[in-house]
Amino acid sequence: MAVLSMSGQPVAPVGLMGRPVYELRGVSKTFAKRNVQALDKVDLTLREGTFSAIIGPSGCGKSTLLKIMAGLQPPSSGSVILEGKPVMGPRRDIGMMFQQATLFPWRTTLENIVLPIEIRDGKAAARAKYDQARQLLDLVGLNGFESVYPSELSGGMAQRAAICRMLITEPAVLLLDEPFSALDELSRDFMNMELQRICLERNATTFLVTHSIPEAVILSDVVYVMSPRPGRFVEAITVDLPRPRTLDMMTDPRFGALVHRIRSHLDKGAFQ
Amino acid sequence: MTQAQSTAAAPLMPEQTVWSEHVSWIDRVPRWVSMVALMVGFLAVWQLVYLIELVSPIILPSPLETIEDLFVVGRNLLTGDYMLKALWVTTQEVLLGFIIAVVFGFALGVLVGETSFGERAVMPYLVAINTMPKVAFAPLFVSWLGFGIASKVALAAFIAFFPVIVGTAAGLHAADQNARMLFKTMGASRWQTLVQLKLPIGMPHFFAGLKNAAVLTVVGAVVGEFLGGGKGFGELIRVAAAQLDTPRVFSLIIYLSLLGLATFWVVAWAQRRFVFWHKETVTEETLGQ
Ligand SMILES: Nc1ncnc2c1ncn2[C@@H]1O[C@H](COP(=O)(O)OP(=O)(O)O)[C@@H](O)[C@H]1O
Ligand SMILES: [Mg+2]
Repeated sequence: MAVLSMSGQPVAPVGLMGRPVYELRGVSKTFAKRNVQALDKVDLTLREGTFSAIIGPSGCGKSTLLKIMAGLQPPSSGSVILEGKPVMGPRRDIGMMFQQATLFPWRTTLENIVLPIEIRDGKAAARAKYDQARQLLDLVGLNGFESVYPSELSGGMAQRAAICRMLITEPAVLLLDEPFSALDELSRDFMNMELQRICLERNATTFLVTHSIPEAVILSDVVYVMSPRPGRFVEAITVDLPRPRTLDMMTDPRFGALVHRIRSHLDKGAFQ
Repeated sequence: MTQAQSTAAAPLMPEQTVWSEHVSWIDRVPRWVSMVALMVGFLAVWQLVYLIELVSPIILPSPLETIEDLFVVGRNLLTGDYMLKALWVTTQEVLLGFIIAVVFGFALGVLVGETSFGERAVMPYLVAINTMPKVAFAPLFVSWLGFGIASKVALAAFIAFFPVIVGTAAGLHAADQNARMLFKTMGASRWQTLVQLKLPIGMPHFFAGLKNAAVLTVVGAVVGEFLGGGKGFGELIRVAAAQLDTPRVFSLIIYLSLLGLATFWVVAWAQRRFVFWHKETVTEETLGQ
């Protein structure tokens, strides 16, 4: 069922043989300032239209990995290839989302959503995207909130607006760093199902950092388990539950077995 | 007591069973009532001190005399007499000083808050200059710029521009890590990050600096007039004080404080207009801190 890879490239399981979108080879990161080694030779291949999650103890280097993939930080060594081209800085075809929605209070919801367009192509281009932004608001169930300022949005609504802002540039890959972990559990489950729907609809290649094992399992095709610092992949676990996933699947014995398996890995890691 | 005993057998009164929030009496009276009450109390104490001659009447006039003189000065101002001309001189000094302080303070604030050259090389000097007693520069400004309006404008601007620098620089550092990272993911240039992120986020800090500057320009202009003569309101105060006309000194100070209040409120108005998203605390709103 799962394919183990203690080092080297995780073997892609049958059914996940899509075109590789992201390719990481031997990515390491050492923060010179405090001499902290955050990542140790990470290899990773993300294939088109797949959803992968990375789970690991706090401080193991998950966010660092995501920032390197997004071109926000250079790796100390190793290479990051996206769509055949090395990542040398922020790129348009990457959409990112963080734990905080970070909407700007002087912009309406609509203006916040088109901000990435405004930054890259100017005000006129941003205005031309208003219609598309409205469609995105529909997509996440925020219709009617376009001219509202962020102070009037709840945490969940703000995070949905952040999803729209990420999608407005039509990125091919989505990098999500604990996007819903500040939300209460009910909204979080709901948002996860929304996320799945959006990813399936757009055939997006998605990489999710999370602390929650059930969340990782219910959303992903592959779950990567990371060791404590320096972060490296200990196991890649394939989730063979059918799509689209539903919250009901959490009672499926296969689901329970996967959760158990990941948890045992994390527990082992904690005592090493 | 007897009533309490007689009702002891009866079912508990609702007032005794409901634990309701206690609202202090001061919160129940309207704000203006407490303000007027405080003013009346203050005037009463003042009048009392005057009546029992705790201090000499030359040092402290009676409230009545002061109020009378307020009307005299007010009439002079309204009829466009020499006091209005003096007030206009001081107003010009304050406005020019304020504008110069804002322009230079903002420019230096951006230099210090945005560039590492500014932060490493310029900042230490600004800190050093800021610790100096700035009014001590007044004689220098007079000898450089003469007894006219220019030396007062210079002193007013010099005193007022430090809070603008501090407000601007602090504002530029107000954007948190998340917002900066978001701008980075969008591929924003340094200029875009400054204009679209750091400056708007820093607006509340910037305006706090402006409010301090608004008050300080009045201080600078008046001190300049005390030390460098001229035809402003400060000169009127100095002359009145020299003539031991204390009621006049008091009423002139009161009118002068209206000038400070006016600049302060213009800034506060601009802030409410342009930083509409930022809800201030009462302390920020009234003290500009
Ligand atoms: N800019 C930095 N400078 C120095 N150390 C850092 C920096 N960013 C992260 N680290 C360190 O790298 C390690 C991994 O951090 P991070 O990737 O944020 O972990 P995670 O997201 O898995 O919780 C942590 O020990 C953290 O302290
Ligand atoms: Mg993290």
